[in-house]
Amino acid sequence: MNMSASVPSPAPARRAPRLDDYVRIIGPGEVDELRALARRLAGRSVKMVNSTAVGGGVAEILNRLVPLLQEVGVPTRWDVITGGDEFFQITKAFHNALHGGPFQGGPEWFATFLATNEENRRRLEFSEDFIVVHDPQPVALVVERDRTPAHWIWRCHIDLSHPNSEVWEFLRPYVEQYDAALFSSPAFTQGLPIPQYLFFPTIDPLADKNRELDAKFIRSVLERFQIDPQRPILTQVSRFDRLKDPVGVIRAYRMVKKYHDCQLVLAGGAASDDPEGSEVLREVEEAAAGDPDIHVLNLPPWSAREINALQRASTIVIQKSIREGFGLTVTEALWKKKPVVASAVGGIPSQVIHKVTGMLVHSVEGCAYQLRYLLANPDFARQLGRNGHEHVKENFLITRNLRRYLLLFLILLNQR
Amino acid sequence: MQEHAATSSARSRRATEPFQFVAASYLIRIGRQRATNLGELARHLRTCPDASIFYHTFQSLESHHYTTFSSDFAQWVMAACNEPALAERMAALDLREFVSIADLRRSLVQAVEDHLRSFPPAADRPAFEPFHFCEAVEVVFPVELRAFTLAELASGIRRLSLHTLHYHLINSRLRLQLKTNDFSFWVEHSLGLPELAERINRVDFYTNTLEGVREEVVRLLESWDSP
Repeated sequence: MNMSASVPSPAPARRAPRLDDYVRIIGPGEVDELRALARRLAGRSVKMVNSTAVGGGVAEILNRLVPLLQEVGVPTRWDVITGGDEFFQITKAFHNALHGGPFQGGPEWFATFLATNEENRRRLEFSEDFIVVHDPQPVALVVERDRTPAHWIWRCHIDLSHPNSEVWEFLRPYVEQYDAALFSSPAFTQGLPIPQYLFFPTIDPLADKNRELDAKFIRSVLERFQIDPQRPILTQVSRFDRLKDPVGVIRAYRMVKKYHDCQLVLAGGAASDDPEGSEVLREVEEAAAGDPDIHVLNLPPWSAREINALQRASTIVIQKSIREGFGLTVTEALWKKKPVVASAVGGIPSQVIHKVTGMLVHSVEGCAYQLRYLLANPDFARQLGRNGHEHVKENFLITRNLRRYLLLFLILLNQR
Repeated sequence: MQEHAATSSARSRRATEPFQFVAASYLIRIGRQRATNLGELARHLRTCPDASIFYHTFQSLESHHYTTFSSDFAQWVMAACNEPALAERMAALDLREFVSIADLRRSLVQAVEDHLRSFPPAADRPAFEPFHFCEAVEVVFPVELRAFTLAELASGIRRLSLHTLHYHLINSRLRLQLKTNDFSFWVEHSLGLPELAERINRVDFYTNTLEGVREEVVRLLESWDSP
């Protein structure tokens, strides 16, 4: 096992991409139409509300989406709710329960949740035309709806297909007050009486994690981590979490290794503040012990370019999750034209169309078999990668997210 | 126009009524219906909104170039139900032949019912993953771009997003209620060039990507010099 966390300090921030920078990726016609859609919203404004300004997928999306909305002439304000430790412990418990886990809270938890929402409702102003509330933490702000002329939209980033009923029945009356709800996959929805729209999560093709890289830089990253560029590289990028089944990936790799002289890279985020993450990392290290072709990389948060390089250098990218949200690491790999072998869970089947944009699997053995198949059939693997890239271009880029929001606002305006 | 057509070459003709380009976009609304086997698919196909049939057939053509089949229904029947014969039959329904969703719905239902009559156990066999019915909510508005000549039409088509190209070329068939598309309709009726209109209408959007279709239509427009 080769374990390393050697990554230079963060690179200086680059200029944030402008809409014109995307023309070479999506074409001038798409950008023209985005501007034309935005012109029809002239004079309208938007507020985005979530629970954190940094860290997490929602903040990452809003960090890019809000400037693009501003650039096309739709004034957009981003507000973050505040709350004490107790509130965020409760919302974390809600989050796990909505994913189907148990809930051990009582009525006082619901009271604290509502009290914090009420404090934020009093603190924030709601003068915009569209209020987009992200995830359950600020969901009860909607009680303000009748006091404003705004259209209220709930953007749910989590999988609600099997929620804990106690928590969902508490939240449902608030959700039902919105004008529309947005979900990342049709499979994540609940039978709600309000319109539900499909909003795939998206990646930014110009972000450090996804932009084209110099071949020299990619080689240097492989050298730094002592990965052999001459032999096949199988990679899974994800935090060290049992739900990502890193030990299962090692078992699959061992089955493949009997047939192909390959290497395995498990690249994950730092887990020092997460007791369970540290424990899983130890389990992974134990499982990988004694094999110099398994590279367990515990990378710091500023490793976007290194992750990008590892994905681009990979022969096949794996995402053998046991449970998953949407799985943006899969999106990232598909964008880089990589053949992907991934579990058929969460939002992954929206991205990986079996045998078309990648291979879906349901077990360690299935994962190993598809890895062997792709290693033995590189032309087919390349075709999967090309298809996957097109699929992402058409559905999962940030510009498509911008278009969806502009369309949604127009549709809601026309409904009133 | 006929007089005009007889006295000038195709490339120099200028229509009195311009071709009006639009911007077309679609938001996907998630429906309430869900099929977990072929029996449920047949049932929901009979009752789902027209916008669902449209979305899973006409609209899915926009991105079919990387999937095996051009219809979402066929793709699901193959990938999730492992019923290749039915998938092929559903995929073979040629959208060029349909000018109404009602006709298309009848043909889809017929295909599934025929299959289930021949293989009744397939009706209840659980699919690998459920089929979620969705609908396309269309937003269309005219843009400043207009064309009076073949050259201007070609130039405008080069500039279109793929959604809008799809709208003018494929979705138009339902709107016009004719077995043709917006470009062919204008070329025939405003420029008096029925032969070119027919050639454009024959461009095969099943066996080509939308970019490939765009290139072929533009090539026809730019090279057409018959009187």
